[in-house]
Formats: sequence, structure tokens, C-alpha cells
Amino acid sequence: MTRFAPGERVLVRRAYPPGHIRTPWYIRGKTGVVERICGEFGNPEELAYGRDGTPKQPLYRVRFLQKEVWDDYAENPNDTVDIEIYEHWLEPAA
Amino acid sequence: MSEHTHDHGHDHDHPHPNQPDIDSEPMGYYQLMGSALGELLIEKGVITADELRAAIENVDSRSPEGGAKVVAKAWTDPEYKARLLENGTAAVDELGIDMPATHLVVVENTDKVHNVIVCTLCSCYPRMLLGLPPDWYKAHAYRSRVVREPRAVLKEFGTELADDVEIRVHDSTADMRYLVLPRRPDGTEGMSEEELVELVSRDCMIGVTLPRSS
Repeated sequence: MTRFAPGERVLVRRAYPPGHIRTPWYIRGKTGVVERICGEFGNPEELAYGRDGTPKQPLYRVRFLQKEVWDDYAENPNDTVDIEIYEHWLEPAA
Repeated sequence: MSEHTHDHGHDHDHPHPNQPDIDSEPMGYYQLMGSALGELLIEKGVITADELRAAIENVDSRSPEGGAKVVAKAWTDPEYKARLLENGTAAVDELGIDMPATHLVVVENTDKVHNVIVCTLCSCYPRMLLGLPPDWYKAHAYRSRVVREPRAVLKEFGTELADDVEIRVHDSTADMRYLVLPRRPDGTEGMSEEELVELVSRDCMIGVTLPRSS
């Protein structure tokens, strides 16, 4: 059972821990919409250090409006960026 | 660096440097680690040297033709296209393309939406479908810019999209890999699947350009 469903608005944690993190810096603290659930995968933050990656993490594709990602975004206001983000990086959006 | 002299049509001899050998530079840290790991796995009997060689040969044998066959089939077979968009990994497996480690997401271009692929973190790329990524795909300039000014970057690739087309960038950050399904060019209605394969370039499956129409 995943914590979030497609269509749900989610906030990416604004956190900057050390280590092997697959959540791009530029998307931390931004709000998007769950595009799809990709399945469960070994946690790369564990796998990178030779551990077994458990517990597995649900992986989501989250869609963000570019104009909400970049303050100075100058192209089409409907443009989007889709990013794969593991569940422990997501919180419900207010 | 050593030098040599020879006469090649000039009226003087002059020295110029030899072309460096591919392995003339000292190995970097990760090259050494990779090499050491390979040797250890062979020494411990986990894999054989031939298995390692065959795995490298398999990756090197992949080329954009694999992806182009997938695209051409999707253009000519609506049921295949539906399966491809629903579950890319299973649909390319039907054509004998195995993606053992990652999952394939196929994103479709329409008259309203244009898709483009990047990996801002490193260089994730659908190698089983397209072969090894081009150098520009791995470069910092592409990875940092296409995600924040995609239209400007596409223009530098010679691709101009109408202002009302929505650009959807896909940042390949984890376990998914992406393939753009371009729009079938106008005027190709009479072409066979085999002829259509020839129109589908590597770059249009990354999303930085459009397929040729002839």
C-alpha cells in the first residue's frame, strides 16, 4: 500500500542530508502531482553503501510545473518536468 | 611524449607528437576500482572472464536501431502502441529487447506535447534500446540546461517547436528509463514498417529533434 495516489499533490522534503541521494537538489521543497506509481525498489541511499536496500521504497513519478520550479522560467507556462522520487522524500502538500 | 620525424610531402622534416594511446594516461580511481573488481570476481570464480567479455560485447552491440524498430512498430500497429505505452518493458521484450535491470517508460509526442529526456544526476539512458549515450547527453551543459530552458536547448539542436506546444522534460533519476515515441511524420502513410525504421534517429527518441519525413 502506497502512501500517495496518482493525482495527489505532494511536497518534496527540503532536506540536504549527506550521502548518495537520488532526489535532485533543484526539486527539494517544490510541490507537484503524482503522475504514476512505479513500484517498489531498493533504497539507493542504502544500496550505495553496500547494504541490501531494505526496506524497499515505493517510487513515484511526480509532475511539476516548470514555472513553479524555476522563479525565472521564461518558456511556456504549461511546461512540466517529471521526476522519479522515492516515497520517503515526499510529504502531503498543504 | 615521444616524437618522430618523417617526410610527408613537405620540403622539411619536422617532429610532431604521436597520437596518444587510449590507455596512455594513468588509470583514474574508478577505473582502477572497476578493473580490480573484475579481476577479483574472476579470481573468486563468481564470473568467468568470458562472461565479463560477453556482457561488455552485449552492451556495445546495442544501437539506436533497436529503439527505431520499436517506434516503427508502434506507428504501424495500434495495439502494439497501446501495450508499449502501458508497459514499455514488456512491449520491447516482445521484440527481443531485454531490459533486466530497469523499467521502460515510453512517452508519446502529440501535436500538443513534446517530450525530452535527461538525467540531471548522471547519465541514465536506455542503453538496451539506444546503445551508449552520446557525449553531449552526459555533459553538464545539457543536463543542467535542458531542465530549465528546454526550448532554448532544442533550438540549438535545430528543433523549433510552436509556442503552444507543451514541453515535458523527464528527469531520469532512479529505476525508470525513458524512450520518446515521436509523432509519425506526415506523408509517410504509404511506407512500410521497414522503411519507417530508417526515419527514426537516436536523437528523436531522446526528444531533441523530430523524425525525418523521408
